[in-house]
Amino acid sequence: MTKGSPIIEATHLDKFYGSFHALKDVNLTVRQGEKIVICGPSGSGKSTLIRCFNGLEWHNSGELVIDGVEVHENSKLMRGLRQEVGMVFQQFNLFPHLTVLENLMIGPMKVRRLSRAQAEETARKYLDRVHIPEQADKYPSALSGGQQQRVAIARSLCMETRIMLFDEPTSALDPEMINEVLDVMVELAHSGMTMVVVTHEMGFARKVADTMVFMEAGEIVEVSPPDTFFTKPSSERCRLFLDQILDH
Amino acid sequence: MFRFFQKFRWPDWVILGVLMAFFGYIWFTIEGTLNYSWRWHLIPNYILGWHTTREEYFANILLQGLAATIRISIYASVLALILGTILGIARCSSNLTIRMLARTYLEFLRNIPPVVVIFIFFFFLSQQLIDFLNLERWARGIARQDNNAVWEFFFGEMRRFPSLISGVIVLALFESAFVGEIIRAGIQSIPKGQREAARSIGMSHGQELRYIVLPQAMKKVVPPLANQFISLIKDSAILSLISVQELTYKTVELVASSRMIFEAWITTAAFYFVVCFGLSRIFARLEKRSDKQ
Repeated sequence: MTKGSPIIEATHLDKFYGSFHALKDVNLTVRQGEKIVICGPSGSGKSTLIRCFNGLEWHNSGELVIDGVEVHENSKLMRGLRQEVGMVFQQFNLFPHLTVLENLMIGPMKVRRLSRAQAEETARKYLDRVHIPEQADKYPSALSGGQQQRVAIARSLCMETRIMLFDEPTSALDPEMINEVLDVMVELAHSGMTMVVVTHEMGFARKVADTMVFMEAGEIVEVSPPDTFFTKPSSERCRLFLDQILDH
Repeated sequence: MFRFFQKFRWPDWVILGVLMAFFGYIWFTIEGTLNYSWRWHLIPNYILGWHTTREEYFANILLQGLAATIRISIYASVLALILGTILGIARCSSNLTIRMLARTYLEFLRNIPPVVVIFIFFFFLSQQLIDFLNLERWARGIARQDNNAVWEFFFGEMRRFPSLISGVIVLALFESAFVGEIIRAGIQSIPKGQREAARSIGMSHGQELRYIVLPQAMKKVVPPLANQFISLIKDSAILSLISVQELTYKTVELVASSRMIFEAWITTAAFYFVVCFGLSRIFARLEKRSDKQ
């Protein structure tokens, strides 16, 4: 697949929580339009890494360049950059006091300063894209988990971001709802969006990933295209992990 | 009532008996030893008086006091809510100095008796403020006007306006510390994920607070704030010490002039009870209704 210019470049990233070394010398480049799937056992630093990509966590040392701008803690630029980097959370984190439509409109209206009408148009467009236009006026609590996660994806899309980060988007879902969310993500991938996805859904990874990343204990152990990754991973640890999650 | 007594078992009867004996003894003491002559029939006149020359009813001392207490409580709680919200936000601020200032204010108020706090606020703050704004003269001016009915409705007798205002300020400052704690707890009860989601769609710190955190926090703090409002009504009695003409002050006046110690204080207690208990029932019902939604 053709890849564009680098949009996220992490070099020698280190992150500590107290004395716990969460990220160890992480190097990763995400290119425009690329789909990267990150997997690895829990506590391996996958979430920490993508949370660094939109400033929910800060690296302690190393260099992180997003869209040509080097970011670090207290950087005022991060707020602007966040508008380019959307995030979908494991727990959806929809705003419970707002209806679905308002959840989608609040970002465009307050951050992008669109008019109410424009924001609503955008919101309805993306609600269509995640296939739940009929839920617009309900509150998030009235929706199923899968629907909530699709709203969360639409909320990020409404900001017209260039990069989408997914932090285990299907881990909190009941099994029968996983596919409806993955379908939306596959469609999004086909539309050319740059995506960094932390997930254990290997079927999804096979379908859309350009690059597979395996992390363990804060380190990136393996970076390879899906063909190599699933058939002959170079590291033993990665092979063991894949055996474990693919056996069922 | 009959069903209620059916639930009684022998310990209940014993407790009831002891209590009745105790109150009977007190009653006996008042009646026998003090030789107190009850004049309950005079009390209604001190609530609603009959103006013999104008031939109409007017609000007498006790009702005036009750009205003043209600006015002060409403204004003070609005002011306390504003100050408390600021204080609550300051307590969660990322800036250390702001956080420490808010904390210091709170700790002072929590660890000094209310009466002392109120004297300090009165002499150091509200008195200066009233002198500074020249409220005294302004209020007299309005009191001298003929058609000041609207002013009187909202603020009572305009001559007493400065004392009402200092009462409101003092009470609001005092209660704001507790309101602030309630607001802080509300803000901190909002899951971290909400803030992260707000930030990840590019909201600034202020927007995150205004559109995401506060609306949710406010909904959670309504029940404790309602309770705090009831406390505030009760706390307003302390204002009588700085000569604010509210219900307790008026009762002291009435007792001094009429010697109806028991009747006046029992009536005042009943006023406070009806207002506070009534409000707590109403709040409880509203809360139940909003839970259903």
